[in-house]
Amino acid sequence: MMILEADRLAITFGGVRAIDGVSISIPSGQVFSIIGPNGSGKTTLINLVSGIYTPQDGSIRLAGDTVTGLAPDQLARRGLSRTFQNLQIFSRMSVLENVMVGRHRHERTGILADLLHWPSVGRQNEATREAAHTALARVGLADVAERPAGSLDYGALKRLEIARALASEPMVLLLDEPAAGCNPVETQEIDRVIRSILKEGITVVLVEHDMRLVMNISDRVHVLARGRTLAEGTPEQVRSNAEVIEAYLGVHGSQEAAHALD
Amino acid sequence: MSLRALLEARLLPVILVAAIVIVLPLFFPSAYYYRIGALVFISALAVVGLNLLMGFAGQVSLGHAGFLGIGAYSVAIGPVQFGAPSWLCLFVGAILSGAVAFAVGRPILKLKGHYLAVATLGFGLLVAIVLTNEAGWTGGPDGMNVPALMLFGLRVHGSDVWYWIAGATFVGGFLLALNLMESPTGRALQAIHDSEIAARVLGIDVARKKLTIFIISAMYASVAGSFLALFNGLITPDVAGFLGSIELVAMVVLGGMGSIFGSLVGAAVLVVLPQVLTVFHEYEQALLGLIVMVFMIFLRQGIVPSIAAVLNGWRK
Repeated sequence: MMILEADRLAITFGGVRAIDGVSISIPSGQVFSIIGPNGSGKTTLINLVSGIYTPQDGSIRLAGDTVTGLAPDQLARRGLSRTFQNLQIFSRMSVLENVMVGRHRHERTGILADLLHWPSVGRQNEATREAAHTALARVGLADVAERPAGSLDYGALKRLEIARALASEPMVLLLDEPAAGCNPVETQEIDRVIRSILKEGITVVLVEHDMRLVMNISDRVHVLARGRTLAEGTPEQVRSNAEVIEAYLGVHGSQEAAHALD
Repeated sequence: MSLRALLEARLLPVILVAAIVIVLPLFFPSAYYYRIGALVFISALAVVGLNLLMGFAGQVSLGHAGFLGIGAYSVAIGPVQFGAPSWLCLFVGAILSGAVAFAVGRPILKLKGHYLAVATLGFGLLVAIVLTNEAGWTGGPDGMNVPALMLFGLRVHGSDVWYWIAGATFVGGFLLALNLMESPTGRALQAIHDSEIAARVLGIDVARKKLTIFIISAMYASVAGSFLALFNGLITPDVAGFLGSIELVAMVVLGGMGSIFGSLVGAAVLVVLPQVLTVFHEYEQALLGLIVMVFMIFLRQGIVPSIAAVLNGWRK
């Protein structure tokens, strides 16, 4: 079953076709990676799928329902969450509170109950706190739960964003360059986290530059170049695709290029 | 309950503030101090509301005195023109302010930063102009007398009585604000402050949450405005003026954005300081300005958060 499908998406910014007729079909429970050179439209595609941009053309289906044009919060409530390439942390809040916000779509909120601190609000806060602790433990941040989020280092913040998105219990999780700027040890940790996410049946859409991570973990890889689909297939198929090698490194049939994709 | 459990209790700040309200009069040498105390708590009530909007949700309002004005004129016009009881007019004023905030907030809360600031500024000016021009209802620029509040058949008067009413209401408003911040709504508001986009992808309806807190903060201001009018017995359009809005913002920032206790401190400083400085006659305003500048230079996060940060530093 396809959990997320995009059909001939297109969007133009200032006369440039940032995404030009791209279609993707993502099977449930897999890791689907989107790769491509800088400026190929990876993040734009993710922004379209997560509702941050509205496509000028094409349609998007989530779990069989047409969701084209829905706002990010509406998509989130339907089970699609994401992280950001440039971190979007709630830096005034503690690490734990960041993840508690991730529980929002599962919480009952009533302004009167919240103002008067109904007993149900207190009980719900406890449940939310518990779930947030669990999500933090999954990404290895349990021991910094009470620290201000702004005080964590870069690699930890990357994992905090994943924990926050996980706390929302999505069906589909879009990870926009989770390993960017991470050292090899941190990248290993991201790899481990993604594998544990998969075990729960969550579909992972990965945009990533770290080829080793992509090739290790993906079921399918979709290659973009200048806003269009260049190729799609298993990691092996993509790795040996001559067009991909050329587009990716701009070097004709170079041995180095083939190595870089290994 | 052990002492430690009590100290860590959620309600500790409320107990502390209630204790301040109760103990403070022991140090009052004259009835005049009750008057100042009442003014501090009335201002602080409005400041708590504005702090929910500014300090927590990160949305500025330079027109909040407009809601103060709606609350104030509700308890003036209602009893004078319609013979309605003042306490009822206070509630009607709060609901009216909430409704106005809803109508005004829907279009302008889409704006961000400076644009939102100017739009709210416009709203405040609008209210002040309407209050000045509709002289048939409001008495125009000279203002109007406000009939005294009647409670249980008794006429409420005297600074000491108002001190207790304002103090008790402030403690209530303080408790509600604290509750709100420890709820899903409060967490969502703080999230919006730091990253709207991240809040949205976690399922938070940002526009709706902003509108909700704008309405709540308008209602806080409205109740404070009603109290101010009933306490003073006279009201002019100045209550809704630009200076009033700026003073509220200054109290929020001085006390500490996002610190509910800071709202009380900010209000206290800016109500008490001008009284103290009157001994300097013509230099009063200049000194006030200087002192506020010095506060902001040395306690740049606001009084309460800055001092809290220093104390935390010492503990380590």
